[in-house]
Amino acid sequence: MAHGGGGRATAELIADLFQHHLTNPILDQGNDAALLPPVAGRLVMSTDGHVISPIFFPGGDIGSLAVHGTLNDVAMAGAEPLYLTVGFILEEGFPLADLEKIVISMARAAEAAGVPIVTGDTKVVEKGKGDGVFITTTGLGVVPDGVHVSVERAEPGQAILLSGSLGDHGVAILSKRENLEFETEIRSDSAALHTLVAGMISAAPGIAVLRDPTRGGLAATLNEIARTAKVGIHLEENAIPIKADVKAACELLGLDPLYVANEGKMVCLCEPGDADAVLAAMRAHPLGRDAALIGTVTEDDAHLVEMETEIGGVRVVDWLAGEQLPRIC
Amino acid sequence: MTVTATHVRIKGLVQGVGFRPFVWHLAREEGLTGHVLNDADGVLAEIFGAADRQQRFLERLRCEAPPLSEIVSVETAVLAGPFSPPPQDFQIVESVEGPATTGIVPDAATCPACVADIFDPANRRHGYAFTNCTHCGPRLSIVTSIPYDRASTSMAAFKMCPECQSEYDDPADRRFHAQPNACPACGPQLWAEAEGTRIETADPIRWAASRLAAGEIIALKGLGGFHLAVDATNDAAVARLREKKKRPHKPLAVMVRDLEQARTICHVSDREAALMEDRAAPIVLLRLRAKSAEKPALSGHLAPGLDQCGLMLPATPLHHLLIAAVPGPLVMTSGNRSEDPQVITNEDARRNLGQIADGFLMHDREIVNRLDDSVMRADRGGPVILRRARGHAPAPLALNNGFQTCPSVLAMGGELKSTFCQLRQASAVVSQHMGDLESRPVLEDYEKTLTLYRQLYDFEPDRIAVDLHPDFVSTQAGRRLAADLHIPLIEVQHHHAHLAACMAEHGLPPDSDPVLGVVLDGSGLGSDGTIWGGEFLFGGYKGFERAGHFLPIALPGGAAAAREPWRNLVAHLRAAFGTDWSPSSASSSLSPIFTGKTVSVIEHLIDSGLNTPMASSAGRLFDAVAAALGICATRQSYEGQTGVLLEALARPYLSQATAYPVDISSGTPGMLSWEVMWEALLGDLKRGTAPGLISARFHLGLIKAISEMATHIAGDRNIRTIALSGGVLQNAILAGGLYEQLSAQGFDVLVPGKLPANDGGLSLGQAAIAAVT
Ligand SMILES: [Fe+3]
Ligand SMILES: [Mg+2]
Ligand SMILES: [Zn+2]
Ligand SMILES: [Zn+2]
Repeated sequence: MAHGGGGRATAELIADLFQHHLTNPILDQGNDAALLPPVAGRLVMSTDGHVISPIFFPGGDIGSLAVHGTLNDVAMAGAEPLYLTVGFILEEGFPLADLEKIVISMARAAEAAGVPIVTGDTKVVEKGKGDGVFITTTGLGVVPDGVHVSVERAEPGQAILLSGSLGDHGVAILSKRENLEFETEIRSDSAALHTLVAGMISAAPGIAVLRDPTRGGLAATLNEIARTAKVGIHLEENAIPIKADVKAACELLGLDPLYVANEGKMVCLCEPGDADAVLAAMRAHPLGRDAALIGTVTEDDAHLVEMETEIGGVRVVDWLAGEQLPRIC
Repeated sequence: MTVTATHVRIKGLVQGVGFRPFVWHLAREEGLTGHVLNDADGVLAEIFGAADRQQRFLERLRCEAPPLSEIVSVETAVLAGPFSPPPQDFQIVESVEGPATTGIVPDAATCPACVADIFDPANRRHGYAFTNCTHCGPRLSIVTSIPYDRASTSMAAFKMCPECQSEYDDPADRRFHAQPNACPACGPQLWAEAEGTRIETADPIRWAASRLAAGEIIALKGLGGFHLAVDATNDAAVARLREKKKRPHKPLAVMVRDLEQARTICHVSDREAALMEDRAAPIVLLRLRAKSAEKPALSGHLAPGLDQCGLMLPATPLHHLLIAAVPGPLVMTSGNRSEDPQVITNEDARRNLGQIADGFLMHDREIVNRLDDSVMRADRGGPVILRRARGHAPAPLALNNGFQTCPSVLAMGGELKSTFCQLRQASAVVSQHMGDLESRPVLEDYEKTLTLYRQLYDFEPDRIAVDLHPDFVSTQAGRRLAADLHIPLIEVQHHHAHLAACMAEHGLPPDSDPVLGVVLDGSGLGSDGTIWGGEFLFGGYKGFERAGHFLPIALPGGAAAAREPWRNLVAHLRAAFGTDWSPSSASSSLSPIFTGKTVSVIEHLIDSGLNTPMASSAGRLFDAVAAALGICATRQSYEGQTGVLLEALARPYLSQATAYPVDISSGTPGMLSWEVMWEALLGDLKRGTAPGLISARFHLGLIKAISEMATHIAGDRNIRTIALSGGVLQNAILAGGLYEQLSAQGFDVLVPGKLPANDGGLSLGQAAIAAVT
């Protein structure tokens, strides 16, 4: 594709492509700004830029990821997502066929989630000024009355639930990017979590904290919670679900699955009395089948995340300054 | 007769060790009058009497000082008379309060007089497990704060009976002011426990002895923590302990009744015997005797694959009584679950050791500070400490006087085998070994101990020193502390700290001439952002130049490479022979090592650099060589396993082996690389050469190449002093060989002895560097 004035034909092609695949009544109004019907309740809004290599990977692509990522950010506020917007930045020369695949994937993801993409924009930059394709999505949602999900609500005694196995996304991306061959193909867990969240909230409206452990993995997410809410976190290694193939791949690569990214998993903190109900609600949903109680919030002046290991030690799960440099002398 | 008077100031470890009653005795014997007291600077005496008597007093003061004391200095000043009237007698005066600088002495093994007491049926302490006196017993392990008196120890819970009190009050008694003084009537009590209930028995020690004889595992509360004991001659019992403790191979320490029993198991030289009998009563590494029909034979599971075993003598009355009640030696390993530190409370013992031990010997005196057993070795150059804790910490280390005027430094140490160091006025107090800070309980210990030491020594640092590695827990703790105290934070390169620790221990001054540091280590973060570990550092405290190093080799999977030796073999062979090398083209003797392993992924990591830093590590070279010999190729079960196994294998072949060749490039920096060594080694493997001979050739090759490189660098720069350090230097063949080679070249060779060469000594080096920076 071409950019700038000479790319008029291309611009039209792109417009047609979006029109064709993303069709819905609001987008179809054809205005620069989407006109939305009145909404009752507290609104939440989140935006995320998506940059990923490779663009297509087992279990998804940058399109579905851009939809899921933002829907999940909205859902982690305890909200029901209503609308999405999308902004594309394309590098000159990016294959139109790939773009179409991405747009179709976004359309499918949005449709499956029941959340329309109501407005969008595309820019093409000169060759060498981008890396194929960047996608920014914004999500708007509404929080049900009586729901207050926020990191500051983390308190000692609360149960920590995890919706499923760790590390699938990060290992899938890495294997694809590096052409690593494992016995079985590891697929990204990229998925929209808001219907799972809705089920959990109807089971226990008092849920305190929801977080999706994306970049930096579970370790970064829990450390962030511990520092922000000034609490400690105690984990049980035995209880943390990790698929055998992901575990084996991590071992081989020397990665700690606790630090590997996820795109379809969530951590939930709730009162211990609600834990069973929330866990049942999670397990009743296809995305929460492997949900588990993995630990508890503790009182801890050092605000540390600690983990009781399989062989009974208790290790500190640090917040790393950078990449995992070996610390063994 | 003219009465003159002298003011005597004694500095050093002179409090809580019976120093004042010693002075009192001495003064009376010499017919002197006056007084003695404790104050913030140590002990102060004023003596009145004939000049010649005073002279004799001062001479005897130094040579007859109490066993636990350590005199740093005695300063005298003549008091101007006349004295009207001079004092009529000699008195011990109450302590004068003030800021503390005298610190606390290390715990000491039971003295012969106390041992005699507990085995004397007529003595009121017969069979009493908590007997002690001013010359022995717990110190650091029971102290909660200063000043060091009974109220600030875990003995505060026990009120002395009139008899004990009168001993305590009587300057003529061995137990005068012995803070933990106790007897069966008033002191801590011992009991036996199994499955959560107390055993009804009048003699818990006899009960435990009979369980041990039956092959069971007993957890007993020692001086600085719980031990797990089993009959060391019982194969099945030792195997069961290993299984339960999830410690498959790491050597287990053994307690013997006496030197005679030790000699039935190991070769014990006079110097080794002296080390065992030292008041610290450390674990001493000794050469195992060849197997014989002699009794008692030790279980083969104690130190698999090794030719050495760690033996120690009983250090407390409880250990004396127990070992006397069993026929043979006992395994005495630290009481903990696999990754945890040694347990110190009864509650944790029940919770964490309940799955391991069949029964407990417990008591009601609290262990305040955890102290692992110290581990030592007697090298030709003198005693070498491998782990420094019980009996050694917190004894201060005197540095060169040039450090007198330097700012005070708190150095936070490394990540593994952590210690911290308080340096002030040319004296360095290094904490006991605490273990790996990744473990939460160890981290808590570290923080608690840091707080205690700062209080015990009234220590306010001017600076904080940390390792360069940003993710070390100790680095982060130091960073926070420096911010809280608004003092400078100084980051010290890991191997520079190893070098400085060796210099400081040997008394080199802050403005020392440059030396050459040969640091052989696992890995540490280098100044250039890569991983270092086989380093030739030219310089001193104030800075260094990386004059040479081992060839950087990929560490595939980062820390995973330190656990799995085969990864290093792949990396080394690929570095030596390029992409031509592959496991399928490798000699057939290597192929079994790679079966079932995803070599292609490791090769990909090496080629792409994904999670694969470059490291000039000496430790990983040992891993690669071990893997090539099929030794723990898949996984090491304890840190340094490849090193000790290779060492044990090599020892019998050293005299007949020739060194492997090593490439030495003399550029700047100089570089040791391993291609020709691997060619020779693979050739040996192909010919079916004995692994021990291969290991010996490897050791000799390293010694030769390192010596040549060191000589070359030193020659270029006119250096006379070479300091050796780093964890890999705990290999006795390497340390001994380098020492000999370099000494023979006329160098002054410094080797760590008072502090471990590994990261246990790091904090001293960090402190010395920060003090002069
Ligand atoms: Fe080190
Ligand atoms: Mg966002
Ligand atoms: Zn004694
Ligand atoms: Zn008593």
